[in-house]
Amino acid sequence: MTFDKWLLSLVVFAPLVGAGLIAMTPRARKDLIHFVAVASSGLALLLSIVALARFDYGSTGKMQFEANTSWISTIGARYHMGVDGISLPMLVLTTLLTFLCVLYTLKIMPKPRDKRKGFLALILLLETGMSGTFTALDLVLFFVFWELVLVPMYFMISIWGSERKEYSAIKFFLYTLFGSVFMLLGFLAMYFRSDVGGAHTFDMIALQGQHFGGVGFQNLVFLGLFLGFAIKVPMWPFHTWLPDAHGDAPTVGSVLLAGILLKMGTYGFIRIALPLLPDAAKDWAPYIGALSVIAIIYGALCCLAQKDIKRLIAFSSVGHMGFIMLGISTLTPTGINAAIFGMIAHGVITGMLFFLAGSIYERYHTRQIDDIGPGMLQKIPRMGVIFVFVGIASLGLPGLAGFWGEVLALLAAFNPAPGLPNSLFRTYMVLGGVGTILTAGYMLWLIQRLNLGVLREKWAKDRQIDDVRSIETLAWAPLLAFVLFLGVYPRAIFDITTGAVNGLTRVFR
Amino acid sequence: MTIALHVLATATVQVDLHAIAPEVVLAGALLAVLVIDLFLPDRFKEINGAIAMAGVVGAAIALVTLIGEHRTTFNGMFVLDSYALLFKFLFLAVAGVLLLMTVDYLNEEVRGAQGEFYFLLLASLLGMMVMPSARDMIALFIALETVSIPAFVLAGFKKRDASSNEAAIKFFLIGVLASAVMLFGMSLIYGVARSTNLAVIAEALQGRTHDPLVSASILLIITGFAFKVSAAPFHFWAPDTYEGSPVPVAAFLSVASKAAGFAGLLQVAFLAFPHHTHVWAPGFAILAAATMTVGNVIALSQTNIVRLLAYSSIAQAGYMLLPLGVVAGKGPEVQGDAFASALTYILIYSFMNLGAFAVVIAVGRRKPGNLISDYEGLLQREPGLALAGAFFLLSLAGVVPTAGFWAKFFVFRAAISGGTIWLAALMVVNTLVGLYYYVQVAAKMILREAPDRERLGVPRALTVAIALMVLVIVVVTVYPDAFNHFSPRSTLIAL
Repeated sequence: MTFDKWLLSLVVFAPLVGAGLIAMTPRARKDLIHFVAVASSGLALLLSIVALARFDYGSTGKMQFEANTSWISTIGARYHMGVDGISLPMLVLTTLLTFLCVLYTLKIMPKPRDKRKGFLALILLLETGMSGTFTALDLVLFFVFWELVLVPMYFMISIWGSERKEYSAIKFFLYTLFGSVFMLLGFLAMYFRSDVGGAHTFDMIALQGQHFGGVGFQNLVFLGLFLGFAIKVPMWPFHTWLPDAHGDAPTVGSVLLAGILLKMGTYGFIRIALPLLPDAAKDWAPYIGALSVIAIIYGALCCLAQKDIKRLIAFSSVGHMGFIMLGISTLTPTGINAAIFGMIAHGVITGMLFFLAGSIYERYHTRQIDDIGPGMLQKIPRMGVIFVFVGIASLGLPGLAGFWGEVLALLAAFNPAPGLPNSLFRTYMVLGGVGTILTAGYMLWLIQRLNLGVLREKWAKDRQIDDVRSIETLAWAPLLAFVLFLGVYPRAIFDITTGAVNGLTRVFR
Repeated sequence: MTIALHVLATATVQVDLHAIAPEVVLAGALLAVLVIDLFLPDRFKEINGAIAMAGVVGAAIALVTLIGEHRTTFNGMFVLDSYALLFKFLFLAVAGVLLLMTVDYLNEEVRGAQGEFYFLLLASLLGMMVMPSARDMIALFIALETVSIPAFVLAGFKKRDASSNEAAIKFFLIGVLASAVMLFGMSLIYGVARSTNLAVIAEALQGRTHDPLVSASILLIITGFAFKVSAAPFHFWAPDTYEGSPVPVAAFLSVASKAAGFAGLLQVAFLAFPHHTHVWAPGFAILAAATMTVGNVIALSQTNIVRLLAYSSIAQAGYMLLPLGVVAGKGPEVQGDAFASALTYILIYSFMNLGAFAVVIAVGRRKPGNLISDYEGLLQREPGLALAGAFFLLSLAGVVPTAGFWAKFFVFRAAISGGTIWLAALMVVNTLVGLYYYVQVAAKMILREAPDRERLGVPRALTVAIALMVLVIVVVTVYPDAFNHFSPRSTLIAL
């Protein structure tokens, strides 16, 4: 059906059109700018919910809503879009989180506030890049969307950021660019080695099952893809851009960065690296697992040492992404299901934490934990309670969203795919378990330092500091609901992903 | 001897007037400017611009009637095929946009003398129009000189400005040196092949693939072209000439004149010497490597925007030469890839560079020093101009997914498919170096605070020109096949 065929394109490009319209609207028409931003990101959200409703859950392993037309004929790159059970949740997460970010920005605009137009346009541009990445099924198309994210994020950090904003922005930019050059090399290498009916192809689906003439070659290509994806995730030791970028980005920049951009890396592993290069994936899995475990422990230890609330949350991302990568490295259905669940949960929870950190900074004008705390709960009780709730979800309390991704990843490590060293992965599991304890440790300590204790006098007297505003309630309520809902009903995600994941991991059995 | 006498034997040359109609229209326009200008009082000098524009549009209309045709005239000296059509459309488009960019500049700077400017510009354009059709060494040489000689004068158009004079003299001396070197090579080839027709030369040299005399002559001819396209180490004239010339002339030299040089280069390489790829391809590989690297590295330390664009255009020429460097002894598939990617690069480069120069002209009206620091906070002064400028710069840098990225991607792919990995790797390194200086200027425009909020006031014609370039680049960004559609079909080489 025509509508189904172009549905994804509409989801992806509606925000781009919105960004164009905003760019053309005069600066003084503030209401009109707001309207276009809400309308276009709202339309994308609505259409992605339509996709969710029309999705055929009986065959989640199959690409649906596919569009496949000629694009760059000379190199055989095609405009091929589609979603399956793996990408659909990511797409909905993207449109939801972006929409909430737009809402939040309407009332709480980062400084400089006079550049409202540019900021909203960049959010929308970013959304096109992100949702495009999750729907592209052609390597060139994927690469374009992947890179499209860079420029808006760069400007978002360097114009609306804080402290060393330009340094952080350029660091983020160069790091990612460095990785993506190797990723592109990997794509080209696969292209030239591919043979589909006598022609080379960039099509991700057609490239599955091509063996590219040997494990040696596959391993080399995997290295290229690994560099691209691992920097984006970021895996230890490529994570150093992350605390800077997160720390200095404006609130919604951090939310989108943590909530979605990082997932592009893990998604790349699941969508491209594993199915296209299964033999290499097996060779690489133990090393990826090792790096993941290091990231879990290292991230937690760094969190214990942080004084800055945003940097602490940023480092906690390193650890959480470690759990996700550990799940992926097991190459089992359980592990990859756990990874996808973890991606969604982390997107919701850490996105929410960055919202909170931003709102707290907005009120206290400081990000130092020991300056804000103790006693935040007394000054702004509702905000404090929300913080406790999300913080506890983040440390992986059963019954909340953070739990399933972590526990299933550890479970999967107990029994990795055939051919992977069992004892090694069980060691990873134990170390990961230690990581969960450390995670609980730093998170509880953070909550304690911020919320409990006696309120400082200067804050008690400060009448500027108000509790949760209505726009915040509006923007956060869906996320908080998801934290609880996914915690008690994880099947909501697993029912979508399992079929697709089983199909994907068949090669590893 | 029979081949040489062939031309003399057919004394009555049949001329296909339709095939040369665009050139005829253009020649008419340039003569009209020359004559009418004599009788125009100063306050009506703008009429020259209108005539020139009419000439360009008229030539374009004449060209449209030739789409799909394949015509040969002047005994095979002049061929109109899809390759020639493509380049002619490019030259006319560039000239049209350039006229839009120049009109206010001329009215403000050289009001009385603008007639000559239009005359010279059209004369040079005429040479360009002939270039892609010239399939004979003599025709090629004449075309090249017709491009160059008016350009020498244009470079020195600011008569009372010492640096403009210097620009013209430098350009002239190096230009004639290049011509002499090329002519020397051509004469040697004529001695061996006994013909000036490119196709006949190819046939005659087929058996002489390892003749040192032929190889030396080919390298001489290539050296001549290398001067024209400002490839390192023959690039020294370019930065000084661009800086000294009026900025629109610099734009003209770095876009149209360079593209014309490439048109000739592609013809000579693929039509006259298809059996000597083992001679010229390594030469081009070295030229490309040197050109990219020298251009990019020196660009890093520039403080003047025109010099920066000059070095950037040298570096860009390196990317255009690169595909020619990978075809040595390769099959038609690699050759086709290389040819098409070089062609696409030239097309995309022309428009994005022209756009960048248009922005420089717009800013230069108020800031004649053309310093990079003048661009700080341009966003606050002229938001549209700053965004367009940043877009052109990012495209030149090859930021994904701009048109410039596609240009680089196609070249890169050609290099990989040719198996010349070292060139591909060097290209990546160079792209990253280039990224640094392009993005730095773009960041200055967008991120810095402007010292004041004074508007610059961009003239309407210039705004239209910039908008057109933005449109072209956006279209190619979204749909890279827009240009790619032309290049394979217009291929000179039989695949």
